[in-house]
Amino acid sequence: METQDPALARLVDRVEQALRSGSPLDIRGGSTKLFYGEKAVGAALEMRDLSGISSYEPSELVVTVRAGTLLSELEAALAERGQCLPFEPPRFAPGGTVGGMVAAGLSGPSRASVGSVRDHILGLTLLNGRAELLSFGGQVAKNVAGYDVSRLMAGALGVLGVICEVSIKVLPVSVATATLSFECDQAAALQRLNAWASQPLPINAISWSGGRLDVRLAGAAAAVGAACDKLGGDRMAPAAAQAWWLSVRDHSHEFFVFDDAALGSGETLWRLSVPATTPPLSLQGRQFIEWNGAQRWCRTTAGAEHLRSAAKACGGHAALYRGADRSAGAFSPLSATLLGIHRGLKQAFDPQHIFNPGRLYAGL
Amino acid sequence: MPDSQDERQSHVVAALSAVLPREAILFGREDTAPYECDALTAYRTSPMVVVLPQTEEQVASILRICHKLGVPVVARGAGTGLSGGAMPHGSGVTLSLAKFNRILKIDTAACTAVVQCGVRNLAISEAAAPYGLYYAPDPSSQIACSIGGNIAENSGGVHCLKYGLTLHNVMKVRGFMANGDAVEFGSEALDVPGLDLLSIVIGSEGMLAVTTEVTVRLIPKPQLARCIMASFNDIETAGAAVANVIANGIIPAGLEMMDKAMTAAVEAFVHADYDLEAAAILLCESDGTVHEVEEEIARMEAVLTAAGAARIEVSRDEAQRLKFWSGRKNAFPASGGISPDYMCMDSTIPRRQLAPMLRSIQQMEEKYRLRCVNVFHAGDGNLHPLILFDAADADELHRCELFGADILETSVKLGGTVTGEHGVGVEKLNSMCVQFSAQEREQFFAVKRAFDPAGLLNPGKVIPTLQRCAEYGKMHVHKGMLKFPELPRF
Repeated sequence: METQDPALARLVDRVEQALRSGSPLDIRGGSTKLFYGEKAVGAALEMRDLSGISSYEPSELVVTVRAGTLLSELEAALAERGQCLPFEPPRFAPGGTVGGMVAAGLSGPSRASVGSVRDHILGLTLLNGRAELLSFGGQVAKNVAGYDVSRLMAGALGVLGVICEVSIKVLPVSVATATLSFECDQAAALQRLNAWASQPLPINAISWSGGRLDVRLAGAAAAVGAACDKLGGDRMAPAAAQAWWLSVRDHSHEFFVFDDAALGSGETLWRLSVPATTPPLSLQGRQFIEWNGAQRWCRTTAGAEHLRSAAKACGGHAALYRGADRSAGAFSPLSATLLGIHRGLKQAFDPQHIFNPGRLYAGL
Repeated sequence: MPDSQDERQSHVVAALSAVLPREAILFGREDTAPYECDALTAYRTSPMVVVLPQTEEQVASILRICHKLGVPVVARGAGTGLSGGAMPHGSGVTLSLAKFNRILKIDTAACTAVVQCGVRNLAISEAAAPYGLYYAPDPSSQIACSIGGNIAENSGGVHCLKYGLTLHNVMKVRGFMANGDAVEFGSEALDVPGLDLLSIVIGSEGMLAVTTEVTVRLIPKPQLARCIMASFNDIETAGAAVANVIANGIIPAGLEMMDKAMTAAVEAFVHADYDLEAAAILLCESDGTVHEVEEEIARMEAVLTAAGAARIEVSRDEAQRLKFWSGRKNAFPASGGISPDYMCMDSTIPRRQLAPMLRSIQQMEEKYRLRCVNVFHAGDGNLHPLILFDAADADELHRCELFGADILETSVKLGGTVTGEHGVGVEKLNSMCVQFSAQEREQFFAVKRAFDPAGLLNPGKVIPTLQRCAEYGKMHVHKGMLKFPELPRF
């Protein structure tokens, strides 16, 4: 790949300098997810200059975007053509970038029905730890030429290289949506969700908190209408429903909001990723459920071990989101075999450990 | 290890005999002959030894022994692959996983199935059918291909436009590393801590790990499916119609195209009343609830009509829907009926390039003096041009290979890729030199080393060496069909 582009050329220069001096780089988009993962170290490598939509073909269902582009800018461009990022990436604050979205690999309320960020990546250009610009994947959905390196970057928190440009599969906005609410406790909610899972219902997102289950339906008008009749419940007004799902997606709902007082009181926010059929978890603190039961948030003062062991016992894992005490590590520990592969991949992409060292796990 | 092949073979057989029963080790020429190739029969090698383990413990032991002795291991499922991914290594062990054929669990609440790697793709859907569920990816070989092979190839199929590839429908893979260590990629939860290794293992053609057990996602079977068959008088209009369907916010369950020559070939084979006058035929399918299908079919009909379809027919019932599909599904055997041999290509291009690509292929037919019939997974731009030739004629075979390489290179130039769903294997090694730079190929090798430092799992596949690409570059100029390869040729 050529580096005629000035913003790209500057990035390559910075990486070459870092390699010469052996000093680590902290890859920065909008700095909206610094709370996520381990502490960032190194000199900031600002990505915002590498911005803009490189190509967008609505009829191809694919958009190619430079990493520093604002997520809001991308979403606005898609909305103009009646399309969207179906996985609803969370925007914890304004200013988040597309590169940050991919590197964090986080998906929103619709994830259980439409797939994750990773599922929608078609290809990307990566600046690796030898200052080489490499392209993997492409702009087409079916592509098995070589290893699927581009999808490996989703959720890698930048430890394997700098994402410079990414091609993403997009989808049309659903023709019809409706949100239904049901008063029920956690056990009843999970039971309902498990029963609905094997039926052809257009369930697009769910949330359960404080004794209320909300179900968002999305699809063809006829399908949404029929599902409303079948499921019952109370239909939420469209404006209220939109506000509700935004508050879940962007963590502006009070359950997720952490101010200094909350941090000072020793409260923490954990994300437990578990099989959807896991029965109610008896955890200290409050819970908020998404993804048909597969994502369970816990706001608690309990220690890391309490959450980690509960998640592990049902075949899942627990990540620390918000909290002052981060001594137990952000992510569940890896098995020796998987850790070995992680180390091997770090060596393969960033042998001098200059990109986001320690951001995902110590030593990576 | 001893120097001579015979001694090496005896040495390896002796070591494996400690962990496997006698009948699970094959090494006589007549016994190993069935393993010489996969469905790409033009490429053959006799494996040194074939093993047929029955338990995961045996797989681990085989891998440990081969790792210790430095012997390459080629895992093999049903052998239906089309790119030579399971072609044996002449000094290696072919690890047949055919005996891992049990469905271990269907969980109707979680909508998952846990199956051993040798279970056939279609058998999963058959086992899930009583619960109203199925496994969505449906490669055309689904009656025979195994889920382990699907993992290796990241297999697609007719329905992946709407339902995704193998990658999107697999939750967890259990297996072994090259050194015999047990490993699990993915989870029954929707994600894992750390790097998403499952996404790189799927589609890695058996070069990163050996798969023994797979947890797949099942989805509710649609209540109804209906199909539109639309005829077009020219290829450009048909290509534009495909783009228009998608641009109008419709994601069909299947969107397939056949050109005139292909239509004639399949009509003679299945007698499905295809429009033989049409330059191209589109099959556009909707599935879902009765109401959903009704709504979507109406929208599809409107778009196709506006896009200039010369004739439109909507399937009245299931029998007619299957009749519409019968030709498309029999495209390969029908091609076998009109030519002694055919070579199937598998590149993907952006949808908007369908018509220019078909025009290029028509010009190549003249250039290489061979016929080509075309079936496309038009919805996702995945092409299967079938080049017709006679393998008994060395010159035809040679021209056919050049024709195929030309299609792949044109696909890359149009913004596509050399393989959409069949894999690189050994068949498309040269084309990988065109699609990837030397640095990109070296990065692939580095990934391989992260999983398999000794380079023992399926070595020599997928990633061409620098030397091979250099030789291909030279051969390309020397073997060009034209006397003046530098001249532009429309």
